Amino acid sequence: MERLKTSLCGIELDNPIIPASGTFGYGYEFAELYDINILGSFSFKGTTKEPRYGNPTPRIAECASGMLNSVGLQNPGVDKVISEELPKLKKCFHKPVMANVSGFSEDEYAYVVERLNQCPEIGWFEVNISCPNVHGGGMGFGTDPGMAATVTKRVKAVTDKPVIMKLTPNVTDVTEIAKACEAAGADGISLINTLMGMRINLRTGKPILKNQTGGMSGPAVFPVALRMVWQTAKAVNVPVVGLGGISSAEDVIEMMMAGASAVEIGAMNLKEPYISRDIINELPEVMDKYGIKKLRDIIGSAL
Amino acid sequence: MKECSLEITKQSLIADNVYRLELSGDVSEVSVPGQFINISIEGFFLRRPISVCDVCHDDNGSGNGTVTILYKAVGHGTDKLSQLPVGTKLSVLTGLGNGFYTKVSGKHPILIGGGIGSAPMLMLSKKLLSEGKKVTAVLGFNSKGDVILEEELKALGSDIEVIIMTADGSCGRKGMVTDAVRETDCTYFYACGPMPMLKAVYRETKIDGELSFEERMGCGFGACVGCSMETASGVKRVCKDGPVFKKGDILWKD
Repeated sequence: MERLKTSLCGIELDNPIIPASGTFGYGYEFAELYDINILGSFSFKGTTKEPRYGNPTPRIAECASGMLNSVGLQNPGVDKVISEELPKLKKCFHKPVMANVSGFSEDEYAYVVERLNQCPEIGWFEVNISCPNVHGGGMGFGTDPGMAATVTKRVKAVTDKPVIMKLTPNVTDVTEIAKACEAAGADGISLINTLMGMRINLRTGKPILKNQTGGMSGPAVFPVALRMVWQTAKAVNVPVVGLGGISSAEDVIEMMMAGASAVEIGAMNLKEPYISRDIINELPEVMDKYGIKKLRDIIGSAL
Repeated sequence: MKECSLEITKQSLIADNVYRLELSGDVSEVSVPGQFINISIEGFFLRRPISVCDVCHDDNGSGNGTVTILYKAVGHGTDKLSQLPVGTKLSVLTGLGNGFYTKVSGKHPILIGGGIGSAPMLMLSKKLLSEGKKVTAVLGFNSKGDVILEEELKALGSDIEVIIMTADGSCGRKGMVTDAVRETDCTYFYACGPMPMLKAVYRETKIDGELSFEERMGCGFGACVGCSMETASGVKRVCKDGPVFKKGDILWKD
């Protein structure tokens, strides 16, 4: 449907809906439920150089209108992603996929992107410099403009595919980080990753999450995400991907009005496995309600 | 897995804080004992994963029927669930998890349930009995007020032996399930209950068997890897690769 089309860093999308990394695996759990080729794209599970188990359990907690996770980048490692996950992914998804990568050093980010760069099914790299659940990496790179810029440069040097830097909301001024990434050559910015939070078990008096703290997501964070996407879209000239708490077609429209060229759906995929499909189906009707002819027309209307 | 709208057709308090809930509608995906369903409760973000106690499929081949769950009201979500009236419709993900594998049980398996973890043993007993096996079910509880499923299991006939154990001796035999497990000459075991019980059963049993695990879950269908567990055959998801794991696959971390 023409009116849902958008583009991201020069690649056309049938619609702006992209399930977010860490909520969609490598696609095939959802491919059992519906044809995932209806999606704009999806961002696969954050991939590191070595296989990672992640943090000890429990690593899921609940909050009002949302959840916390402290998974900690569990993934099979880039070698297995290339040899096992991508061949399976290719069978159920035939559009360019977004490769989410993470690391614990600049070298690791560059290594993983260089290894994945050979895979034709990958359309974009989404570089996670914002994971709140790992030590010595992840969010550490996304809270300092200089380090964010260095990672961006290192990654850009090893790929010709568009590089989208995924930012954390756990900073004083996200636009500084976004501008540093843009200046270092980033082709796009996605935000927000999860907000750092915690829950305590009243019976034990101890944190519910074994890792003590975790990343909060779900509808509760939507206004925060919207504000940060809006700020970032005003500050940079590269496309912005908006995510954080989106749970309806209305939220998608709002996020695009704030300046997002495309959106990612995260926690809601876990609660409602058909949500991404349902939002795509509901978009035309909601657009009609607000007199929106094409989604492209509303991008950044609030800026 | 299938997302279904199921209607509460019956809800009753059957033990201290333990409720029996019947949900009717499309239960076509509920087939293997030991599987669970994931229930959305209004006002709560995460669904509540609860194991299937029993299922009854309508004869007409429609896929409709009734699924029975037993759950303990232990927090705000399950408290809310316990207050929902008959007629309430719930969004439920059905047919989750792998379930118990009955083919390998031999002629006389033993079923070991601890507390609310006894719930899947009703459907499992029916399946094993229908395969012509003899069943011993050992259910352990803290006290008389916690006992569930005793009558339902005994009503299954003469091929099932039901042993109730209570920690305080207020019902059945005084002691732990492991006291009964030690004496058995059964061919295979199936266990579901709290972690300390699972560890004790693992340690005390010389026979092979399967254990059902519990973990805090984000999705219940394998997408978020929130409920991972290290096993002898690699990292597994309790929700999708489990919740039932073979004894030989278990690695106890502490």
